Amino acid sequence: MIALSDYLIFGAILFIISMAGIFLNRKNVIVLLMAIELLLLAVNTNLVAFSHFHNDVTGQIFVFFILTVAAAEAAIGLAIIVLVFRKRKSINVDDLGTLKG
Amino acid sequence: MNFVMPSFAPAIPEMVLLALISFILIADTFWAKRFKFATYYATQISLIFVGFLIITSFTTTQIITFDGSFVRDGFADVLKLFTLAVSFGVFFFAREYLVQHKFFSGEFFVLGLFGVLGMFVMISAHNMITMYLGLEIMSLAIYAMVAMRKDSAQGLEAALKYFVLGALATGMLLYGLSMVYGATGSITFPEIANVIASGEVNSMVLSFGVVFVVIGLAFKLGAVPFHMWVPDVYHGSPTAVTMFLATAPKIAAFAMLYRLLAEAMPGLLNDWQSLIIMLSVLSLIVGAVVAIVQDNLKRMLAYSGIGHMGFLLLGVIAATPDGYASSMFYVVIYAITGVAGFGIIAALSRTGKEFDLISDFKGLNARNPWLAFMILMIMFSMAGVPPFVGFWAKLLVIEEVVQAGFLWLAVLAVIAAVISAFYYLKVIKAMYFDKPEDTSRLEPVNGSLTIGISSIAILLLVLGLLPSGMIDIFFNSLNAM
Repeated sequence: MIALSDYLIFGAILFIISMAGIFLNRKNVIVLLMAIELLLLAVNTNLVAFSHFHNDVTGQIFVFFILTVAAAEAAIGLAIIVLVFRKRKSINVDDLGTLKG
Repeated sequence: MNFVMPSFAPAIPEMVLLALISFILIADTFWAKRFKFATYYATQISLIFVGFLIITSFTTTQIITFDGSFVRDGFADVLKLFTLAVSFGVFFFAREYLVQHKFFSGEFFVLGLFGVLGMFVMISAHNMITMYLGLEIMSLAIYAMVAMRKDSAQGLEAALKYFVLGALATGMLLYGLSMVYGATGSITFPEIANVIASGEVNSMVLSFGVVFVVIGLAFKLGAVPFHMWVPDVYHGSPTAVTMFLATAPKIAAFAMLYRLLAEAMPGLLNDWQSLIIMLSVLSLIVGAVVAIVQDNLKRMLAYSGIGHMGFLLLGVIAATPDGYASSMFYVVIYAITGVAGFGIIAALSRTGKEFDLISDFKGLNARNPWLAFMILMIMFSMAGVPPFVGFWAKLLVIEEVVQAGFLWLAVLAVIAAVISAFYYLKVIKAMYFDKPEDTSRLEPVNGSLTIGISSIAILLLVLGLLPSGMIDIFFNSLNAM
């Protein structure tokens, strides 16, 4: 039997991987999008696990909403990346520094 | 399982707004060629109409509907009315800016209206799902608005930064909310409060949840140390969009903070109060000090906005109904002054000239004395100089935090206010005491923009001279419950 804490640790590992992906990644913006998706999956894992162990279906309904909105969010994110690529011919994170200061 | 029809009446303003937006979205495709400004006028009329609907059904008693997911109370109604007023001002200044910079299109207004709808849902949210959906309706619309100027490399970079950090903030908030759900077994705010009050919760999971929720909220408000996106996004976005994303969403973010911390987790005051104190202190210091060295007015206003968030959080630290009411007053005054501040840039900006450097304002007094005087009034209100209303906003939050027993915080806030007066005065010095490079007369591109700026400036003065009526609205809306 897998305990609730195992799921929470799994969720926390996903969360840490996605944080590392966002803050350590210096190459490609697409990787940032993937890291954000991973972050939402960590949330979904948590919610489903809690929902199962509470015997309460609300958490799973919340997951449906998060999944659909994440799809819309990815669409907008990719659209912005396409615009940036057209303008700069590059989607490297390091090339996005003109506003720093 | 029997299905009970929910009461739709409390959500009528939202539903009417959604219907109007859908109509404008379709009609815009027909209007765009023949009548250039039809979408603009339809947008403004929709905002006025929805405001009228809210005023006629104004309520200070709490009405909950849709199985506990939607709430209508005095807090929601007051904040919605001011969200409408602020958005009206933003669209008013945005129109001429969009025309001058050659990206006028109906989509700007439609996306703006969707943003307003999202804010409405956030303000009225009564469980986590409604809160999340409202937040995303608002954020997705604003991400698209920031990216609207497709030929500007800066604008696109700002859009990408805003998107990544906004999505990160939402993720953090959701991670926290999932922990809160796990610890309490409920997603409806009063139920969460009840479970926490009963003491039968796993406090470790809950504390983790609170920390992540506060981090997510701090990202959305732009409080230090989660502020790194604010200056870049405010600077890079087209001024018309900056004006929108710097003002109205802050009202909604405050509503989110109130619903999550004050309504759902008052029992965890000890956990979140110290976090909010830390955010507030850092925001006050960074907002006051870093703004001094900025030479771009948009960037300066961004740091000043960070400082304002520090003041806003003071009322939340007090954690009494009066404290929350003073924060609510502060955020509304901040939003109105913010429209004026960015409105100045939008009004003076013209084709090929952004007019966002402080050096652009050199000698404005010689070129347009009336406008220079209005800008002086707006800057004084931001700095919190009496008799302008910005003074009352600062006074109220500081008073509340003193009553809550944090005298050192009040002293720090006053010092931060004095330091921040320096950079507002820098703009005034540039206008009145520096020699202009070009002495020709300078008018906003459209006469109505002068009227718009003057009316906000005079409103700030009148509200400052007669503040009691407006302050009462806020205090009554929270104390009546």
